[in-house]
Amino acid sequence: MKVEVSKGISEIKFGLLSPDEIRKMSAVKVITPDTYDDDGFPIEKGLMDPAMGVIEPGMKCKTCGGKVDQCPGHFGHIELAMPVLHIGFIKEIYSILGSTCSNCGRIKLTDDRINEYKKKIEEVKNKLHDIDYDDIVSDAESEASDVVICPHCHFENKKISLDKPTTFREEGKKLTPKEIRERFEKIPDDDLILLGMDPLVARPEWMILTVFPVPPVNVRPTITLETGERSEDDLTHKLVDVIRINQRLRENRDQGSPQLIIEDLWDLLQYHITTYFDNQTPGTPPARHRSGRSLKTLVQRLKGKEGRFRSNLSGKRVNFSARTVISPEPFLSINQVGVPVRAARELTVTETVTEHNMERMKEMIRRGPGNDDPAVYYPGVNYVYRRDGSRIKVSEKNAKDVAEKIEVGWQVERQLQDGDIVLFNRQPSLHRMSMMAHEVKVLPYRTFRFNLAVCTPYNADFDGDEMNLHVLQSQEARAEAEILMKVQENFLSPRFGGPIMGAIHDHITALFLLTYRNPLIPVDMGMHILSYVDIKEMPPVVEEDGKRYYHGRDIFSTILPEGVNIEFKGKLNDKNLDPEGTEGIVKIENSKLINGAIDENAIGQSKGVLLDYVIRKFGNARGAVFLNDLTRLAAGTISYIGFSTGIDDEDVPHEAKMQLREVGKDSVSKVEKLIENYRNGLIGPEPGKTLEDTLESMIMKVLSQAREKSSEIASHYLGMENSTVIMARSGARANMMNLAQMAGIIGQQSIRGQRQHRGYTNRTLPHFKKGDIGAYARGFVTSSYKEGLNPTEYFFHATGGREGLVDTAVRTSRSGYMQRRLINALEDLKVSEERKVLDTEDSVIQMIYGEDATDPSRSFAGESVDIDYIVKETFGKKYGGVKK
Amino acid sequence: MAKFNILLHEMVPEHILVPVEEEGKLLEELGISKNQLPKIRKSDPVIKALEKISGDIEPGRIVKIVRKSRTSGIATIYRMVIGE
Ligand SMILES: [Mg+2]
Ligand SMILES: [Zn+2]
Ligand SMILES: [Zn+2]
Repeated sequence: MKVEVSKGISEIKFGLLSPDEIRKMSAVKVITPDTYDDDGFPIEKGLMDPAMGVIEPGMKCKTCGGKVDQCPGHFGHIELAMPVLHIGFIKEIYSILGSTCSNCGRIKLTDDRINEYKKKIEEVKNKLHDIDYDDIVSDAESEASDVVICPHCHFENKKISLDKPTTFREEGKKLTPKEIRERFEKIPDDDLILLGMDPLVARPEWMILTVFPVPPVNVRPTITLETGERSEDDLTHKLVDVIRINQRLRENRDQGSPQLIIEDLWDLLQYHITTYFDNQTPGTPPARHRSGRSLKTLVQRLKGKEGRFRSNLSGKRVNFSARTVISPEPFLSINQVGVPVRAARELTVTETVTEHNMERMKEMIRRGPGNDDPAVYYPGVNYVYRRDGSRIKVSEKNAKDVAEKIEVGWQVERQLQDGDIVLFNRQPSLHRMSMMAHEVKVLPYRTFRFNLAVCTPYNADFDGDEMNLHVLQSQEARAEAEILMKVQENFLSPRFGGPIMGAIHDHITALFLLTYRNPLIPVDMGMHILSYVDIKEMPPVVEEDGKRYYHGRDIFSTILPEGVNIEFKGKLNDKNLDPEGTEGIVKIENSKLINGAIDENAIGQSKGVLLDYVIRKFGNARGAVFLNDLTRLAAGTISYIGFSTGIDDEDVPHEAKMQLREVGKDSVSKVEKLIENYRNGLIGPEPGKTLEDTLESMIMKVLSQAREKSSEIASHYLGMENSTVIMARSGARANMMNLAQMAGIIGQQSIRGQRQHRGYTNRTLPHFKKGDIGAYARGFVTSSYKEGLNPTEYFFHATGGREGLVDTAVRTSRSGYMQRRLINALEDLKVSEERKVLDTEDSVIQMIYGEDATDPSRSFAGESVDIDYIVKETFGKKYGGVKK
Repeated sequence: MAKFNILLHEMVPEHILVPVEEEGKLLEELGISKNQLPKIRKSDPVIKALEKISGDIEPGRIVKIVRKSRTSGIATIYRMVIGE
């Protein structure tokens, strides 16, 4: 039973359901608020009446006779005792009430004006104007709502107001939905077009419900819990409320109860119907479950991130995917991903049986679905498909038989094996490097694992982060992923044209230690380090005092590709740090490191000059090998040397402590002096500033100098034998400022770039005198992290810290929304074969991609070609300009 | 209000009206139909300024725009004039 869907929608028209239509499409008139009887059978004319569809397998629909998968479900209906407003149309009801006459029902415009508007609408329909029909309607409505005396019957209309959410008043007197409905019934069809309605499909009075449609049970299925207990859908709960109150309202009305009671019940019915549509209507308390959870009603089902559109239509769950916690594995290549056995047994690749792979397939099928023992992982087979598509589940029992049965053309769902191409992803996927192709390596335990250099593009760490993995299913997909998405193909970022992956943290520390001052490494230790990498030639041995050594730089040189010649500035390129010039200038000749220490500037992510050079000169594949070797060499080095840091790294000599204390005291008294001068009128205003601003900026200058001075003292007393300094100088982590804050002075705590000034009247905290604007009273912290802060300092530090947290929270949400908008605007642009950028209508967005047809990740610092480099490589070093 | 020719302002890229005779050849070179071109409104100040020089510009005419580009130095694009 195939249904042909014609392509191309020329028009969509929305209309309202009339009470008659609701009754006509209804399969049953629901009158009892109950669902099932004691035996578990649906009650007739109840909310689960089988005439509204079936949800249990084996049952048949009372209306169409179809089973679960055949019956589409059918609406029922409730006859409301009194009419009720539809919350979705409140705005329309309000404007129609305002623009029509309450006496005769005509729109409050003269016949001439009506005809003018009608003519304009006709013209818009024929596309003679660039205005929207909606705009004409709102013009007409606002014109009519200002009219008091009806031009048709000369009745004097009263002002209508709306008490949100659902109460209309006419000069204070409440208008019941019934009255509103009666007024709407009087509006002639001819006037409706000016009110934005097409009388063929909608009448205004239909916006006020007299008959209430009950959605099919398919829309609100009963869930049976494991305990056998039944649990109804939120919509059903709400419908129960509606029917119950409707019943009571009818009884009271028929008995002629006091008007007050009837009105209360009427309002209650309005409340239930309002919350049935939208349980987050402003001004209405949301209806709640017994547990206190607010009910998810119609609008809540559709709206927002968890709504039907964004959650189920724009994005869907997929097969062949896995998610688990990630952890590091330095022995994997950057192109690999470690997949736990349990996931590998579940994830499959479909292969078609051919003459050529028949034996391999048979062998895999014979293994069956396998077990979780990581020691003996060989890919097995979970399912086999015959040529007609019928499925055979492979189990331990039938594995041997199935293996013998397979024929050419059958499909085999085999488990993941080493070398399979998969996509690996971490949310939020903010750039294209958030989803890259990896080669599978099946490993024991339960986490996904990868090389630490790949943390950067995914922005991942291992504090509990989880990532997703998708197994590619077709040969084309695998080829495309390998060419375009493999990790090594994403080395150079399209954002800045440099390597986005590189050595991080301990990699940098390790290789820095290996090359700084070219240490002598005993041969046995050198052997250990080099056993981590695959090299062709051992470095030369040097003898000193009868002992055999390698030079650290020679060990590093073993992993360089052949033909590396480069000179660049390292992080230590500073006269104070490196007076002899042996560390700061990195020189590599014929793939031998002859000068300089390897640090962040050589191999770090985004900055690594050497890494960038290797990738550009020797290609992505060699670049990947180089980075793999780097990480392995680093692991070998640092695991032998050992490297640690602790608070005693921030221990400074007594002498330094005294100096630091002096700096703190000094700047505080300098500030006091400034304030005194200010009070004595000795300070004049700087241009463009008030006197107070001038003082403030002078104080801030003094205080920031204090931090700098403390930083200087700290770096003077803490040298390269200090772990924290090694990390800061090599660029592995932290900087000298962090160190100074730990050992010396934390410094000024600011809010929005200003000294702390808010709090109590004329002071920040009750600990200070009113009007005190000295250093301590405005958030200057002279303690160090190591000593600890005093209570007022601690408070100011917390305030400053909180600003940072708030800022990041605000920034991420705002940039996320901006990104979403940008993506939605650009998502269906494509680059044509002639490299034009086109939209879906084939209109040109750019004549040629990026106006220069250059791939930024393959360009050099914004230029298409690095001519200087080409000249140097071709004609020798002395040619070509100086590198920027 | 002092009036000046906005076309001469440094921030306004160069706009040149493409002669009707050359349109066919141009579109052939670009390999697109006229409707695929990006659009520019007849009410755009630049078109109004051009009209002062070359008289009324009817919707459907093509304007060549040469502007400085961050990526390619100089970029040449074409726009079709539309109504309003
Ligand atoms: Mg994390
Ligand atoms: Zn049915
Ligand atoms: Zn009237």
